[in-house]
This record gives sequence, C-alpha cells and structure tokens, in this order.
Amino acid sequence: MSTQPPGPAGFALVDVNNFYVSCERVFDPKLRARPVVVLSNNDGCAVARSNEAKALGIKMAAPWFMMQDLARQHGIVALSSNYTLYADMSNRVTDVLRQYSPRLEVYSIDESFLALDGLAGLWPSMSDMGQAIRHQVLSWVGVPVCVGIGATKTLAKLANHIAKRQPQFVGVCDLSILPPTEVDQLLAKIEVGDVWGVGRRITEQLARLRIRTAQELRNAPLKAIRQHFGVVMERTCAELSGVSCLALEDVAPPRQQIVSSRSYGERVSGLREIEESVSTYAARAAEKLRAQGSTCGAVHVFMETDRFKLDEPQYNNGRTVPLPEPTDDLRVIVKAAMWGLRRIYRREFLYKKAGIMLMDLAEGQARQGTLFGSGVSAMSSAPLMAAFDNINKRFGRDTVRLASAAGPHRWAARFEHVTPHYTTDWKALPRVR
Amino acid sequence: MSILTYPAPVPPGSPVQPIPAIQFAGGPLALHITHKLHAGFPSPAADYTADPLDLNQYLVDRVACTFLFDVAGWSMSGAHIVEGDKVVVDRSISPQPGHIVVAIVNGEFTIKRLRLVNGAYELHPENPDFRPIRFGDGEVLEVFGVVVGVARKML
Repeated sequence: MSTQPPGPAGFALVDVNNFYVSCERVFDPKLRARPVVVLSNNDGCAVARSNEAKALGIKMAAPWFMMQDLARQHGIVALSSNYTLYADMSNRVTDVLRQYSPRLEVYSIDESFLALDGLAGLWPSMSDMGQAIRHQVLSWVGVPVCVGIGATKTLAKLANHIAKRQPQFVGVCDLSILPPTEVDQLLAKIEVGDVWGVGRRITEQLARLRIRTAQELRNAPLKAIRQHFGVVMERTCAELSGVSCLALEDVAPPRQQIVSSRSYGERVSGLREIEESVSTYAARAAEKLRAQGSTCGAVHVFMETDRFKLDEPQYNNGRTVPLPEPTDDLRVIVKAAMWGLRRIYRREFLYKKAGIMLMDLAEGQARQGTLFGSGVSAMSSAPLMAAFDNINKRFGRDTVRLASAAGPHRWAARFEHVTPHYTTDWKALPRVR
Repeated sequence: MSILTYPAPVPPGSPVQPIPAIQFAGGPLALHITHKLHAGFPSPAADYTADPLDLNQYLVDRVACTFLFDVAGWSMSGAHIVEGDKVVVDRSISPQPGHIVVAIVNGEFTIKRLRLVNGAYELHPENPDFRPIRFGDGEVLEVFGVVVGVARKML
C-alpha cells in the first residue's frame, strides 16, 4: 500500500458497466450467458453491448442490419431500447449513491459524480468507499458499477476508464493515492481521445502537435493549449494535472435546447404525414419545456431523406422560425413549426426523419408583452396547457392532442424487440413460479 | 379549481346576475379575490391534518432495492401466496433460512422457502404437489431477493 498522504479531496465518478444490457440481465437471467446488444430507436444500431458482444467485435453505433450474419452465427440477442426500464433503474442507482455523499451530480443516465470533500474521515480510504458502493449497488439494484476517484472531475473520469479496463483495480481506481510514477504510466497508456471533453476533431489536431496520450496532454504547456484550442481545453489540461476547474453541478442547469425527432419506421413522402409527425414531436418537446418551467423564443424544424439509401436522391433542410414572443404554448409552437415545414418541404423526396427543436429557452416567468400579440391569449394559455399536461399524465400520452397531430402512437418509434416495463407497469411485472 | 366555485349561486329570481366563470379566469383581480376570501369559520381540524394512509409506505421500506413480482402457479399456496399475487421483494436483506425468497434456478425466477437441511441450502415449496429443489456440489443457489410482503386484490 502507498504510504503517501492522501491526495486533495476530490471527486468520484460512478458508472454502470454496459448499463442497458446490465438492466436487461437483471430481469432475464438467461441473458447473462449470451452476447447481448441493445439497439437505438427504430432498432437502428447498437447503443449498448455486453462484454461478450464487444469480444465478437461489435462496435458502438454499428448498424444492426450489417450484423445479422454475425448475430445468427453467435446467437447474439438484440433488444430494442427499453428506456422506461433504464430510467427507473438509473433512479435506483442514484438513490443508493446519495447515501454516500451529500453532493451528487447525475451526469448521464448511467454516470454520477460524487463530491468527496469532508468524507475522507469516514472511510479507511476512498477506495474502500468505492468498493462499498460497488457492493451495495450490485446487491440492491443488481447492476455492476466501476468507481473512479481523482482530485478533479476529469481525473475521476479517467480513473473510471482505468478501473473498467484493468482488472487488477477490481473496479475501483483512486488516482489521488497512487505514486506519481504510476499515474504517469497509466496516463501514458490512455489515448488522448479518451480524455473527457476531447472530441474527435481536437484529437486529430492534437496529433499534429504530437500529443497522443493523456500524459502528453497533461504535460503540454497550458498557454499553447489555450492558444490553439481555447479556454475549455486549457481547463481540461489543468484538470489533468490535478487543478480542479470544473465544479460539481448539483442542480442540473435547465436545458438550452429541446429536441424531439425520430426516424420513421418506413419512409414517408406526403406533407400531411410529415406535419402530423412533427406536430406529435412538438407535443413531446413542449411538454418537456413546460416541465422545466421554460419558454422558447424560436422553433427549428427539419426533415431529411435516408442517407444510407445511396441510390436515392438526397435532401435535407431545416428552418428556424422566430416566435413573436416567448411561449410554452403548444398551439403557437405547432403553428410556427407548420409554417416552417411548408417552406422547406419538397414533394419529390422520400423522407426518413423529421423533427423539431425548441430554441432560445428562457425562464418561464420572464414574459414580455408585445404590441402585436400572437393571437393566442397568454392568460388562457397557462391553465389550458396545465390541464393538457395533467390529462396526458393521468390518462396516458396523446389522450388529448392538437388536431394536427396524428392518432396515438402512429409516429412513435419502432421497438420490435423491446422487453416489458418490468418495474413501472403492473401488467409487466416479472413472473415468478 | 377554485375559480369555478365563485361566485356563490344566486337565488332564483334575483336581479343580480352571476359573472361567468370564464371572465373570472381571465383577470388577475378575480384570482386575487378568490384566493383571499375565506367565508365562514376556519376549520378547527386544520392544525391536526395528517397524510392519508399509504400502502406503499406500509409494504416498501427501501424503494431503491424493492422489486415487485407477479406470482404464477400454486407452489406456495401453503404460505398464502397464490397465483396472481404481487410479491414485494427486497434485495437489501440477506437471506436467512426460513425466509421466503425469489431465487434464480436455471435462468428462471422461482419463489420458495429457503431452508438449511444438513448443512445444505434447499428451496422448499409449500404445497405437497411440488418437490423441494436441492443443489448438488458446486451448484450455486442464487437468491434474487427476500419476499417481505404480498399484495392482492379480492375483486
């Protein structure tokens, strides 16, 4: 064991291994012995893979239709995304993690940061805390997690990456107590593209500067990094050397944009059908908008053809429609969306996907009157939209909808191999004999 | 919504016409009035209110580790757990002999009573038509969770 003093109080990143697949395996133990992939919306490509599926060479985001032969040969089980189940399981994991730190940031559906300041005295070492977390999440919720610990969020993320891939760490890696030479060796083996916040484009640019590993990025002169890549990368670089620049975001900032779009199960060409689908997506987006108490100032609509059908004529276009005043009223949003759609629609194409993005979001109450109103009274809008949301919450999605939206579920994504909502639907509980 | 209950009904034949609720919904003044006006005597029970009884609270101690299962079949009828019951399963409790558990046998979920017989764990049904499940050397008995409650509707 290292006799060095513990590093500065920092962060832990807890991340569920192969989250979607792990959730599915809790409720269908037979899946444990088989390679499993979970597919994206419309069963398009692999978004989660079991270790066995990874070993067979299935890559993240690999299109499923290209893997049919491999799947048959190795008995790979492909499942549609069961987001309802994953969200419930994610909440359970978060519940457990809250027992370990008063300050927690849910970073994504399968990752949370924990602030560790003040906790060191409670555990023989932070690694012991990490092991306790692993044990408790596995026994309570049933999914395996890895824990990365470091002085900064970026180092915690990196430590998690190491904990996941190097079995000798037994699922927990604390970079803050390792001797500097060992940290150097570990960082030297990590490609710079695996560092949090370093995207593919920056990776290529860094390669030209002969920066290829996490260690080389950490050792790069801050000033040069700032000149080349700006302040965000400078921060990443500083975080790698243990200077904490990114604070824990306990309270999720309201989203700046809300997107709702899907690929169609089959391609469509008629404007009427596209309008119906976008009106349906608009209802989802507006519901989210109101749930976070925001208004939007502009609506962006877009449509595109199937870019994998190389022999067909391709078209994609979008239009941003500014609104006369910020609103959360679905009627105004849909009106703007329909206006935009009619301007970009061209009848000679077969469309694969369309959608809507609500932009220029602001806090709901900051409502500014305009001289020429939208024709929809803001006074009647709030109670109407509240009633709209309540009815749909109580009686199910699309119980009430605008006439421009299609019938229930017609534009819902295709989920052919979806498992039951085991934890949220009385009719779908797992059976026990 | 309180707006709809104001104003009070007007006696038949009265010259005063009620203001339509729709107009009230429109203006801030009306909202102000309905929220401030308390006719009559305040309820003497106001300081003694309590939340209504919650069956979730009764059945579920820890939400994060509690799962519900739908019971199929009659192997536990002697323990008053029958087809169609929803059983409440807690994964945080370490299973002890005597507990009713949900276990995983051959990749399937099974509900049985856990027993320790001559130093070996066994899964016992509570219905003479079913046989206990025993495990050979090297076989692992995996318990999903301990059954802590059962919910059943009678109609």
